[in-house]
Amino acid sequence: MDTKSQYNDTVVRQFTIMVVVWGVVGMLVGVFIAAQLIWPALNFDLPFLTYSRLRPLHTNAVIFAFGGSALFATSYYVVQRTCHVRLAFDKLAAFTFWGWQLIILLAAITLPLGITQSKEYAELEWPIDLLIAVVWVAYAIVFFGTVIKRRVKHIYVANWFYGAFIITVAILHIFNNLAVPVTLTKSYQIYTGVIDSMMQWWYGHNAVGFFLTAGFLGMMYYFVPKQAGRPVYSYRLSVVHFWSLIAIYMWAGPHHLHYTSLPDWAQTLGMVFSVVLLAPSWGGMINGIMTLSGAWHKLRTDPILKFMIVSLSFYGMSTFEGPMMSIKTVNALSHYTNWTIGHVHSGALGWVAMMTIGSVYSLLPRLYNREAMYSTKLIDVHFWTSTIGVVLYAVSMWIAGVTEGLMWRAVNDDGTLTYSFVESLKAVEPYHGLRLLGGLVFISGMFIMVYNVYKTITAQKAVPVAVMDPA
Amino acid sequence: MAAFWQWFVAGGTILFVIWCVWLVSWSAKQGPQNVGDEELVGHKWDGDLEEWNNPAPKWWLYLYFITIAWAVGYMILFPGIGAFEGTLGWSSAKQYDDEMAAAAERYEPIYERFAEMDFQERMDDPDAQRLGASLYASYCTTCHGSDARGAVGYPNLTDDAWIWGSSEEQIYTTLMQGRNAIMPQLGAALGSDAGIDNMTNYVLSLSGAVEADAAAQAMQPMFVALCSACHGTDGKGNELLGSPNLTDDVWLYGGTAEDVRYTIENGRNGIMPAHGDLLGEDRARILAAYVASLSDDSPE
Repeated sequence: MDTKSQYNDTVVRQFTIMVVVWGVVGMLVGVFIAAQLIWPALNFDLPFLTYSRLRPLHTNAVIFAFGGSALFATSYYVVQRTCHVRLAFDKLAAFTFWGWQLIILLAAITLPLGITQSKEYAELEWPIDLLIAVVWVAYAIVFFGTVIKRRVKHIYVANWFYGAFIITVAILHIFNNLAVPVTLTKSYQIYTGVIDSMMQWWYGHNAVGFFLTAGFLGMMYYFVPKQAGRPVYSYRLSVVHFWSLIAIYMWAGPHHLHYTSLPDWAQTLGMVFSVVLLAPSWGGMINGIMTLSGAWHKLRTDPILKFMIVSLSFYGMSTFEGPMMSIKTVNALSHYTNWTIGHVHSGALGWVAMMTIGSVYSLLPRLYNREAMYSTKLIDVHFWTSTIGVVLYAVSMWIAGVTEGLMWRAVNDDGTLTYSFVESLKAVEPYHGLRLLGGLVFISGMFIMVYNVYKTITAQKAVPVAVMDPA
Repeated sequence: MAAFWQWFVAGGTILFVIWCVWLVSWSAKQGPQNVGDEELVGHKWDGDLEEWNNPAPKWWLYLYFITIAWAVGYMILFPGIGAFEGTLGWSSAKQYDDEMAAAAERYEPIYERFAEMDFQERMDDPDAQRLGASLYASYCTTCHGSDARGAVGYPNLTDDAWIWGSSEEQIYTTLMQGRNAIMPQLGAALGSDAGIDNMTNYVLSLSGAVEADAAAQAMQPMFVALCSACHGTDGKGNELLGSPNLTDDVWLYGGTAEDVRYTIENGRNGIMPAHGDLLGEDRARILAAYVASLSDDSPE
């Protein structure tokens, strides 16, 4: 059998292993900075351990290293299986793996050194940005090259979402990072003032919409029906929610800039289209949950499906919460508080991480010539740690956020503020503790995963899989 | 906004809304309207991946239409479609002005009573003190601390050292206009490490913190030349310049030999931000009296 008739699973295996590695690393940093918020002395007076430098390291590690590796791994796997061909351009695919790991390594070095563009989720300086652009174009060539040489007429829905994610992230990354280099580690943005803010949050919110939503919907559309053994609920719903989701997300950025110097009309557009985004987002949730519907009995025996159903539930919850928070009246309370942090993590831990974990558990045995993971029982334990962890996290941040929002706006009869800032900080300290606990519980499950994955991949040698002929 | 871009934004917004409505309407009309297992679309991938073509739930379609209708309604009432200002005439700037005016109308009478008091009366009046404490908590704690004891570089307000003066007008001016205290770096002027060390010892000897040895004593002419313009020949400072008294035991940037040496060699730049726009005159008068009352040495 020549390699052309086999799937390229090498690059999928590499990325899948790194999902677990970067998941642990990124979440460890998160737990550490959560502890710093309670015990500031934990920065040990070392500049590279300060919260301000580790926070972007945490966000970059979980979004781009953990989430990114998951998207590379699953998109490479899914596009081969659903196009019934080997991945296009083996060497280019290998380049995307090593290139992406190099980018992560450079991020892990430069961010603690304080080398940053100071743009949220786009902190990396221009040489790394250029490298990202090159790797991303290579990714697009590999992915779409595979789609083009597919042996089935129809492109499977998962690939629509992966494709939209790849194209849009390229556009977002390039336009948000346009800058004039000064030295190797310093550049100046070409945008200034409010336009810079607008570009930043056009990028920032669509990083959520495409990196953390569209890409992971692609993952959901393959692994949920596969794991449930049932057809996707509604092709029609896929079509309408795909087009409306990718089109409407583009408008939502300005809701990050309510009551700022951004013109009122732009704030309004950001707000109203965020609300219109509710139904398209829920379209994905409905399609996922209704696909599982009818396979409920499997939840008793398959903890992977439990990961997926809870993930979809958190997706539905976060995509309801998001539009509500983008309404100016609500935003006036929630903005700049821990509520936002809670919202982000119910999306990032509840939706993104749990869908990723479920998919990795579903994927790994197939990559290593096995029927199942080493231990299903440990998957179940991991499921409960994840669920309890994210609930503790989200609930504590909701309480903290509403507490802060109400304390900041409380006014005495004489017009002075009732509370000083430090009083609000003191009031939320217990919830910072509860959040840390939630994070610890969540990451404890990741360590269980490391063990389970290690036992799974070392037990048996991976063998090449023949490309399946289309039905 | 230039005319072209107004129309570009307005046109794009309207076309996009129409497209959203068309997309949902299209989906509502497509295919069979009943849920059933037999209606597979007919595509098949990876052995067993198939699709039904169930209709979208009715409630979901209604939800979609309702949000679009709400969006359109909002954009008619509020600014959103290009340069169209909305029928309510709302703007964020106007909302701010209205709220500030409403606050002024509501709170100004409260301050009138205090405006008629003098400095001492404001310090003695419990209501004025309570108000001052609230203002202090909002505006001052970030730098001077909840207990008003300050931090390195931020003056302690509870001691009796007043860098910029303790009279009502002096404190009031500090609050309203802010202060900028500059200690120039004198490392180069002192020439050598030994020179800086000796000057450090001389400065510390002014408050009796150390005994000046002969080498430090010899710095006295140098002190007159470099330091006395601001700190005075006797080292007692000058409230007009915000130059601290060097003969007391209060050290804004730390009183160890190392701290004082650093200050002499590298200079310091102390900034009290102006709060006039934030406080307004009436509230600044109340806050000035409150701050004065924090001091050990407040006028009785």
